[in-house]
Formats: sequence, C-alpha cells, structure tokens
Amino acid sequence: MTTLAPPSKKKLGLVIDLDTCVGCHACAVACKEWNAGGMAAPLTDENPYAADPHGVWFNRVHSYTIDALEDQPEMTLHFPRSCLHCEQAPCVTVCPTGASYKRAEDGIVLIDEDKCIGCKLCSWACPYGAREYSHVEGVMKKCTLCVDRIYNENIPEESRKPACVQACPTRARHFGDLGDEESDIFKLVKDRGGVELMPELGYQPVNRYLPPRERRAGSIQKEIKEETLDTEKLPPMLRWLDRVLSR
Amino acid sequence: MHPAFSVIFFTTLSGMGYGLWFFIACQTLITGVENAKQNLIGLVLGFILVSVGLLSSTMHLGKPLRAWRAFSQWRSSWLSREGVFAIACYIPASLWIAQLMLQRELIAFSMLAVLLVLLSIATVICTAMIYGSLKPIPAWQHRFVVLIYLLFALLTGSLLNIAISELEPSPISEYLLFALILLAIFLGVIKKRYWKDIDLQVLPSRASALGLKPDQVVTVFERPHTEANYLTKEMGFVLARKHSKKLRLMSLVLFCWLPVFLFVVTWALPYVFSGYLMFAAIFFAYLGAVVERWLFFAEARHAVMQYY
Repeated sequence: MTTLAPPSKKKLGLVIDLDTCVGCHACAVACKEWNAGGMAAPLTDENPYAADPHGVWFNRVHSYTIDALEDQPEMTLHFPRSCLHCEQAPCVTVCPTGASYKRAEDGIVLIDEDKCIGCKLCSWACPYGAREYSHVEGVMKKCTLCVDRIYNENIPEESRKPACVQACPTRARHFGDLGDEESDIFKLVKDRGGVELMPELGYQPVNRYLPPRERRAGSIQKEIKEETLDTEKLPPMLRWLDRVLSR
Repeated sequence: MHPAFSVIFFTTLSGMGYGLWFFIACQTLITGVENAKQNLIGLVLGFILVSVGLLSSTMHLGKPLRAWRAFSQWRSSWLSREGVFAIACYIPASLWIAQLMLQRELIAFSMLAVLLVLLSIATVICTAMIYGSLKPIPAWQHRFVVLIYLLFALLTGSLLNIAISELEPSPISEYLLFALILLAIFLGVIKKRYWKDIDLQVLPSRASALGLKPDQVVTVFERPHTEANYLTKEMGFVLARKHSKKLRLMSLVLFCWLPVFLFVVTWALPYVFSGYLMFAAIFFAYLGAVVERWLFFAEARHAVMQYY
C-alpha cells in the first residue's frame, strides 16, 4: 500500500559529515559493488567500455567550491548524494502500483521491482535525485540502505552496516537510528547542528548532513590586506633596500 | 523535464476524446438523441481517441505488461486514480455505443450520459493532478494546471463535436460560435498568464539543497560523473527554455488565434464551407495543444538540477 504508515519510532538513516568528506568516491564504488549483487541487483551499466558509458548508481559524489565569506576562506565541498529515506515520501505515495513502499518497522524506503511498471513518476517526485531508472531492466532503482547487510546474520556483526558507511576512509558517514534520542548518531547530529536538505519542500528527510565546521584560520585574503609596513622605522640599510625594490 | 512523446500524445489525444464524450453527453442530455448516426460516430471516435491515448501512455512504461497493477493504489496516487477513472469511463461509453449499434431504444440513457460527463471530467482532472502534485517541479504546481488541462480537453473536444455535426452540413448556432470564441480566448489568456508566472518561479536554492547557509555561494567544481545519467537526461532538458518565446507564440497562434479567426469567418459567412472551416480549426487547435503540452513538459525545471 502506498499510503504512508504513521511515522515509525525507529528511523534508520545516514548522517554525512561534509567537514571530513574528501570526495574519494569510495562510498559510491562500494555501494555499486555491494548492490550489484544485492537485493536491488543488477545495477546495470550501458556501454561500460564505449564512448558514452552510463548506468545506475545509488550514490553520487558532487564536488563544489564555496566562495569566501567575510570571515571564512574559499573552500571545496564534497557532497555525497543518496536516498534520504524521507518521513513524508512522495516517491511512495505517487506510485500507482504499490511497488514503492516505506517500511513501517524502520522507515527504509524500498522498491519491489517485481511490481514496478517503470512509469518513472517516483523519480519525478524526488527533489534529491535518489532514484535512477534502468532502461535495461525497465524498472526504477534506489538505495536500499543495504537492508540486505544491516540485518544479515550471515556476515560478521561489525559488517552489518551499509556498504558506503563501511567503506568511508575518513569516517564521514555514520549509520544508526535517528529516531532514538539516546543513540550516538542522534547525539552527533545534535552536537554538530546537522541539517535537513531542502526542508522547505516538507519531505522531512531522515538523513542529516553535518555542515563543514567554521575554519579557524578565518579569511586568508583579509589577513593579507591588513599587513602594513612603516618604512620610516626601518634601519637605513633596509630602507634603502625597500626603496630599490619598490622601483 | 524531458518531453516524452508518448505522454504528450496520451494527454492531448485522450483529453480530446474525453472532451468529445463530455460534449456529446451534455448535448444529448439537453436535446435527446437527434441524430443516432452522428451520436454513434462521435462516441466511437471518442472511444478511439481515448484508447489510442491510453495505449500511447503505456509506451512510456518500462514494463507495459504490468500496467494492470496501476489500478491498485488509488488511495494515494493520482496516476492510479487516473487509471481507475479512465477504465470507469469505458463502462457508460461502451453501453451507450452498444445500444446505438443494436439500434435499440436507449435504456437508462440519462444515467449513462451523466456518468460519462462526470467520469470524463474526473479523468482529465486526475491526469492534470499527476503533474500538479509534484513539489520538485514548481511549474507544474501552478494553480492553473488543472484548469488548463480541462480547457484544452473542452476546446479540442467541442471542436471535434461540431466538426462531426458538420458531416451533414447544417448552420452552426451563433451562440455556440460565440461560446467557442470565448473558450479559445479564455484559454489563451490563462495560458499566457501561466507562462508569465513560471518565468518568475524559483527553485529551492543550491545552498538549501546542500544544507548550507543561504549566503554561501556555491559553484560546481566537479560533477559526480563525466557522462550524462538518467537524472540529467530526464530532468535537465534545456532546449525548450532556449526557444520558449517562439514556441509559445507558435502554440498560441495555433490553439487560439487561428481557431478564433475561423469561428469569426464561420459566423460572418454562414452556410459557406463551415464544415471545412471547423475541420481546419480542429487541426490547428490540436497542433497547438501538442506544442503547448510539449512546452509544458520541456520548459518545467526540476529541483534536482540544483545539484548539477
């Protein structure tokens, strides 16, 4: 049923630290590797070795530059983008077949690919670009929050987290229950001022992003501008040098 | 948004079919069946248009054979509701057509006609709401979207209805021509207002999309992928906005100015070529509707492109 159940108490999701993400794409590659054989398999690629390779990925890492502000230097921002497992998920409610659903027990948004008719409406309803359509399969694909890892009793307990989280070399990705106020991940969001993306649309995403910390150095350009030199106070030798070099 | 021709033909053709059914049912409710042959031609033509449109819409699907599943989620999904109403329309239409074909005295005729009127309108509203309910696309959230879908269905449907009645040349009532002129002009005005409004719309900012502060100016340094992907192909369609002025004018001339000109000629010169003029008007209006629908999809911006 594509009508949403009342919000679950357990809200499994990701918290992504934009301060420590270095944009290495390890999460995206690990995601592709796991899910190419997981419940959402296959993650088809078209023309993988030809001129125009393209395919389905659940995780895309964007890189941006942020202009300098009054007190902050210019900086690079790496931004991994994937499904946010929204509380109010229109990708679920617009689905005409019931293929899209949000699990009542933990809030994970999934697709039953055997029911999907490939109408693409759910991808239109998502402002975060979380859903990618496979022309080869004729069905929609999306992040499963590695539902086939996190509850998987056949793998070691320390591996029971999403592939992207496990792969991250800078620990910029965190996984946990954002509905539990006692959880480490909830406290992390609180401490670091974690934010929702595009809150104005009212989708209430579960995933949070931790904005980059303020840079202690402040604005570098500002410091350079403030440097002054009173040549009158220099010893005669250096004053002469300054005069010669200033010519 | 990428304008898929399957969806453009679906919305315009089935819209015209529902408009035609609407007018035939209304007209017959008022005057009774005056001409059973024309009544039958109109209903069957509506049947064909609606069916071709619906079949065309399944071309858009990745798994057309599973389309029957789309009738299940009418509680939440406008697409599902559209499917349910579209099928429901066939019931009164088929019963009506069957009775006419068997040349029987019509049974429960007024109930069939009322049902056909209501279900046709409901289907067109649902079609518009499929798009009108999508928040990431502000252009489709505009308050006139449902009205515009309805007016296009009514304009093209009424033109077709008149063209059919002109198969046996007869004078077209002045009131009807006047109503058509008003309908076409009203649609033109509404559409111009819509275009003016969507030019002023803004998407959520890139800073908001990235969870940054509003004063932070962010520019793309590197895309996640070197080639196009599904998102950039489906949601990053630029061509229409580049040529929007010319295309909008073309559409307006076709669905509004030319038909209005033809109505005025018909009015001024009754008994002269009115059948041909009406067929020309329906041709232009339909072309205009196709251009308009193409623009409706192709001009709309999607919030996800703020990431690119």
